[in-house]
Amino acid sequence: MHLMYFTEQPMSAYDADEGLKYGATALTFSNKYYDPVAGSRLYNEYIEDYLLAEEYGADGIMLNEHHNAPFCMQAKTNIFASILAAVTKRVKIVILGNPLPLCDNPIRMAEELAMIDMISKGRLVPGFVRGGGQEQLASGVNPAFNRERFIEAHDLIQKIWSEPGPFRWEGTHYQHRVVNPWAVPLQKPYPRVWVPGVLSKETIIWTAQQRYPYIALNTSIDHTREIWKQYSDTAAECGYTAGPENFGYLIRVHVQDTEEKALANARQFMWMQGEFTGLAHPVWANPSGYFSPSGRRNFVQFATGRAKNPRGNPSFEEQVQSTMIIAGTPDQVIERLKYVVENTRPGIMGIWANDGNVSKEDRQRCIKLLCGEVMPAIREFGNKLGLKDPWEANAPVHLRYSTDLVGQKVAAE
Amino acid sequence: MAWTDTVKEIAGIKMHLSRAGSGRPVLVLHHDIGTPERLPFYDALAAKFDVLVPHHPGWGKSERPQWLRHPRDIAAMHSWLVTELGLTDVSLVGLGFGGWIAAEMASQSPATYRRLVLVGAMGIKPPEGDIADQAIVSYIDYPRAGFHNQDAFAAVYGDISIDQLEQWDVCREMSFRTAWKPYMYSQTLPHLLGGVRSPALVVWGDDDRIVPISAGKAYTKALGNATMTTIAACGHFAEMEKPDEIARLVTDFVNAN
Repeated sequence: MHLMYFTEQPMSAYDADEGLKYGATALTFSNKYYDPVAGSRLYNEYIEDYLLAEEYGADGIMLNEHHNAPFCMQAKTNIFASILAAVTKRVKIVILGNPLPLCDNPIRMAEELAMIDMISKGRLVPGFVRGGGQEQLASGVNPAFNRERFIEAHDLIQKIWSEPGPFRWEGTHYQHRVVNPWAVPLQKPYPRVWVPGVLSKETIIWTAQQRYPYIALNTSIDHTREIWKQYSDTAAECGYTAGPENFGYLIRVHVQDTEEKALANARQFMWMQGEFTGLAHPVWANPSGYFSPSGRRNFVQFATGRAKNPRGNPSFEEQVQSTMIIAGTPDQVIERLKYVVENTRPGIMGIWANDGNVSKEDRQRCIKLLCGEVMPAIREFGNKLGLKDPWEANAPVHLRYSTDLVGQKVAAE
Repeated sequence: MAWTDTVKEIAGIKMHLSRAGSGRPVLVLHHDIGTPERLPFYDALAAKFDVLVPHHPGWGKSERPQWLRHPRDIAAMHSWLVTELGLTDVSLVGLGFGGWIAAEMASQSPATYRRLVLVGAMGIKPPEGDIADQAIVSYIDYPRAGFHNQDAFAAVYGDISIDQLEQWDVCREMSFRTAWKPYMYSQTLPHLLGGVRSPALVVWGDDDRIVPISAGKAYTKALGNATMTTIAACGHFAEMEKPDEIARLVTDFVNAN
C-alpha cells in the first residue's frame, strides 16, 4: 500500500466572523482579509510538517490547489511540488492534482512537471483534475468547455511525454505550432498519473479507460464501492481487470495521545464544510456547462434552495459514526482504519490529517503518531489483504503500455 | 394571435421559429435568458407586422451546434434563416444579447435591413460600468435584476417551474459557450458599425442593471444613423416589463418613411 499525508493547507488566520457576515468564504470573499504575515508563517510551518511526515515514514505527500478561498493556501500546486522536490529525499510527491482546464498552455505544464520529476529524481506523481467550478470562475476559464479542455490538455501532455518533438498540435482548445519542450520527465515511459474525484461518472470512466488509478476523495464506503464498480466495469470493457493498484481513497484522520484531544481537533475538519469556511453559492461550484447534463435538473433545484445538497450535509458526529472522519489514539484509529481498508480495498491511501485551526504542536504530534505508528500498522494490514500499490503491482503507466489485455497479442506500443 | 411554430434547418442545425401576423417582416432576437413561448410584446407586434421569433441555436427548442463559439456565428445563422425564408426589407429588433446579434447582422450587411432596433443591447464594452455577470448569481436573481419592478417579473414568470430553471441553466451555458471572454461584448464590433445604413433606434430602460446605459450611448455614437430613447422606470428586460411602450416605439419606427 502507498500511504500519503495530506492537508488542504488551510489559511486559518483570517477573521471567520467577516466570512460569516459576508455569507461566503470563497470566490468573492475579499482578499483584504488575507494576512500575508500569517500566510508566510503558515507556508513555512507546512513545509516543516511535510518534512516531519517524511521523517516519520509516510510514503507520499499529497498536494492540491484551490483559488480565492481560505480553506486552501496552495494557489499553484507545482510550487509546493518544486519545494518538496528539493527539500525531501524519499517521499513520492503526489499532485492530486493540477487542474488542467485552467491551463492555457499545456506545454508549459508538461515542462514544469518534467522539471519537478528530474529535480526530485523521479519521485513525482503528476495527477490531473478538472478543477472545481469555482476555480474556473476564479481563473476566468470557460466552465462550459472544462471537460473538453481537460481531455485535450491531457492528450497533449501525454504526447509530449511519450513522443519526441518537434511536432504540431492543432486541437479544438489548444493550438501550438511548435511543440518541443526541452525538459522531459525522468520516469519512463512517463510519470504515473493519478486522477482524484468525487462525483462525476464521466471522470471515473475516462480514468478507467486510461488505466490511471482513481482516487476517491473521502466518499462514503457505499459510494466508494459504486465508484469501484463503475471503474471495474469500464476496465473489463477495455480488456483488463482492475485491482487495488487502480484504486485510491482519501480519508480524514486525526490522531492524538488521547481520544478527547483527537476529537476536539478533528472538529476542525468541519471548518471547510461551511461551519467556518467553505461557504459558497452553489452556482460557483457548478457553473452552467461544468456539470454533467444528467445532473442539471437536480442541481438547479438545489441551487435555488428548493432541494437539499445532493452531497448531503452530515454533522460531525454523523461523519465520525460513518467513518467519514476518524479520530482517536493510534490504537483506536488503526482499528477503524482497518475497517475502512477492508471495506474499500485501496492500493493507495491518502490521509487528510490536519485542517482548520489545529495548533502547530498538535499538527506535528498528529503527524508523528500517524506516520510513525498508524501507517506501518495499516501497511502491514494492507499487505495481508494483498493490497498492492501501482509500483508493487508493476502496473502499466497507461492502458497503451498494457501487456495483459484480453485479446491482445502484444503491447500497443 | 395565431402563431405558427416551424423548424428550419440552418447550418445543419434544427432551428425553432415562431411566426405570426402579416405586413413588413420583423425579426425579433431574444435575450441571453431565452424567451417565453409567447409574450404580450410579440402579440402587439404581430398585430402590425409579420413577426418572426427564432430561438437562437442552442437556446430553447433550437438544437445546439457544438461548434458555436460567438454571437457572430449566431448572427450568420439568423442571416441564413432570413435568406432561406426569402424575406426582404426585414427590420431587426434585438433584445439585450439579441441586440448584440442584431448589431452583428447589420455590420455584416450594412444596407440590407429596413430598420434596426436595439433594446438594452449587449455587444459593446460599456464606457462606464460593466455588464452584470450572471455566472456568480442564481438563475432567479439574474432575471430579477433585469426588472425595475419585481411585480412585472412575477407577472411574466409566476411560480418559476423546474423546467424554467433548467432552461435558464441551458441558456446560461450557451451564453458561456458564445460570450465568455470578453464577457458579453466584442472588441471589434464598435469599429464595424459605422457603415450601417439602416436607420437605428437605441432603446434603454432607465434602470437597466444588466447593461449600463453608457453602452447605449456608445452604440448610438458608433452607428451611422441612430437615435436613442430611454424608458422610465424600466429595467433590462424592457419588452417584458413595458411591452406596450416598446411595441409602440418599434411600430412607429419600423413604419416611418
